[in-house]
Amino acid sequence: MIWLTWRQFRVQALTALIAAAALAAVLAMTGRRIADLARRGAEQLYDLLTSTDVSLFWAGLIVVAGVPAVLGAFWGAPLVARELESGTHRLAWTQSVTRTRWLVTKVAVTALAAALTAGLVTLAVTWWSHPLDGIAGSTRGSLPGHLTPVSFAMRGVVPVAYAVFAVTLGVTLGAVLRRPIPAMALTLVLYVAVQVAVPLWVRPHLVAPTGATIAISKDTLDSISLDPSSGTESITVHTADRGDWILSNDTLDASGHLAPLPGWLNQCSASPPTNVQGAVQAQPVDPCLARLTAQGYTQRVVYQPAGSFWTIQWAETGLYLVASVLLAAFCVWWVRDRLS
Amino acid sequence: MTAAVATDGLGKRYGRRWALSDCTLEIPSGRVTGLVGKNGAGKSTLLNLAAGLLRPTTGTIEVCGGRPASDVAQLAKLGFVAQDTPTYPGLSVRDHLRLGARLNPGWDDALAWSRIERLGLDPGQRAGRLSGGQRAQLALALGLAKRPELLILDEPVASLDPFARREFLQLLMEAVAEQELSVLLSSHVVSDLERVCDHVVVLVDSQVRLAGEVETLLETHHRLTGPRRATRALPRDQRVVTERHTDRQTTLVVRTGGVVLDPSWTVTELSLEDLVLSYMDRPSSGEATPALEVLR
Repeated sequence: MIWLTWRQFRVQALTALIAAAALAAVLAMTGRRIADLARRGAEQLYDLLTSTDVSLFWAGLIVVAGVPAVLGAFWGAPLVARELESGTHRLAWTQSVTRTRWLVTKVAVTALAAALTAGLVTLAVTWWSHPLDGIAGSTRGSLPGHLTPVSFAMRGVVPVAYAVFAVTLGVTLGAVLRRPIPAMALTLVLYVAVQVAVPLWVRPHLVAPTGATIAISKDTLDSISLDPSSGTESITVHTADRGDWILSNDTLDASGHLAPLPGWLNQCSASPPTNVQGAVQAQPVDPCLARLTAQGYTQRVVYQPAGSFWTIQWAETGLYLVASVLLAAFCVWWVRDRLS
Repeated sequence: MTAAVATDGLGKRYGRRWALSDCTLEIPSGRVTGLVGKNGAGKSTLLNLAAGLLRPTTGTIEVCGGRPASDVAQLAKLGFVAQDTPTYPGLSVRDHLRLGARLNPGWDDALAWSRIERLGLDPGQRAGRLSGGQRAQLALALGLAKRPELLILDEPVASLDPFARREFLQLLMEAVAEQELSVLLSSHVVSDLERVCDHVVVLVDSQVRLAGEVETLLETHHRLTGPRRATRALPRDQRVVTERHTDRQTTLVVRTGGVVLDPSWTVTELSLEDLVLSYMDRPSSGEATPALEVLR
């Protein structure tokens, strides 16, 4: 059965291997320079990067984000659906191999290959980009840290679990829909929906977040922004470690309750009516912040500390693998009992 | 000897439509049985149930003494050549034989290769580039080399031209003679089956209308032609299958165990095709004319 699976799968597997090798070659050629720069002086690393380096950094994120989705749609979805569409399942399922074994072998081999592919691509991209994760320029500009939702899903081990999940999702949808093209489309849509939902509602709670009350000062201030429609201002501050993933950022008044910022702040900071974001350095803001602090205003921050990166990685990997196993079990049941 | 296929009250429903209902029949082993019926009569459903590709909604089906596709041993007993003889278009002829060898413990590689060589198929040719006849032969080789007890073929010649049809059935019959296996094949073209079957089952509207040995059926059915008259006047042992009247003449197809004595009838023999068609054309039995069962 493994022979048949491999015989039907080898062209796709080799294509993936060649693509991964090409990517690794590009990264190896450009990555050495980044590594050298990082070794010499991490301080001004961002300022030494060319625009190509920054583009490659973002391209790496996009590639790692895309690999599981593509594998789920192109390897997973047609796995059963194409057999059902062309009628070849009637050839395969009447050999002396039970349908369950046929399916389990196919899914296992494909998921394993997808995990390997995603793992290799992630490894190459992570090797290339890890010196750049979370760095900031001396004047302006920065790259996202590896715990932020922008980068988290493209680093570490989670992409491997995503690939396994996407493939089992694709196989299951293919078996249910019985047509490869709709199954591919729906696999992409559902996979993207899950990838949006998890960082928004699930990941923040995988590990109990840390809370901290932070004084509002020039050193901690991240931004003051004005919502033009409601006219209310809001403040965000940052924690000591720039690598922390800040989940919520609320202003408390002297009694420790959530409160809007006082109205005088608008005139005090004398900011233009539009949003002012990024590092605030203007001198006039200082006294305003001091006055806020004097009136008892503080900032309540809930965050995942940078040190939780691997804990969250493994928790999310486990979550996706459990989801994959449940999907696969459903798929086996469906193929055995419902497709007959 | 256990029957090759035995069903009892077998039914299969898709949503609200019954593709096969209340089907009770026995297909003897060691024979070549033809399953005849119009398109949509339930032939494919019955064969797919026998192959274990489908599960019955009601009733039971046993193939070679066991539930279809219940385990590896049961799967190994059955060779199945599905409708339109599906093969993997991207795999070569050689790959298909390897597939058979890898997936079937009882695989007879020598048999498979000798069939491929006899047909003159290029082992390196992709199945997607074979002609319909060649693809059917490849599917047949796969089914036979599995060394099954029962070989089921679902409309194997439906998409073939007359020459390929004849060749396919001829090679099938040669293999049957060599391998001593039971065969169950379906067709909506009776003339295909006439040459190869010694047992026939007729399905009409998902019900078994007629089942029996071809020889016995031919011996007990006659076409009577004579002056116009009412069918009530017939002897008790003659059952009318179809009747057709013109102003002056009556033509009947009757079944009888005895001899037609009335000299006013001109008695002619029926071909299997005529016989089967007369059963298929008959309107659904409103009155109590149960499905005729002639066994041995």
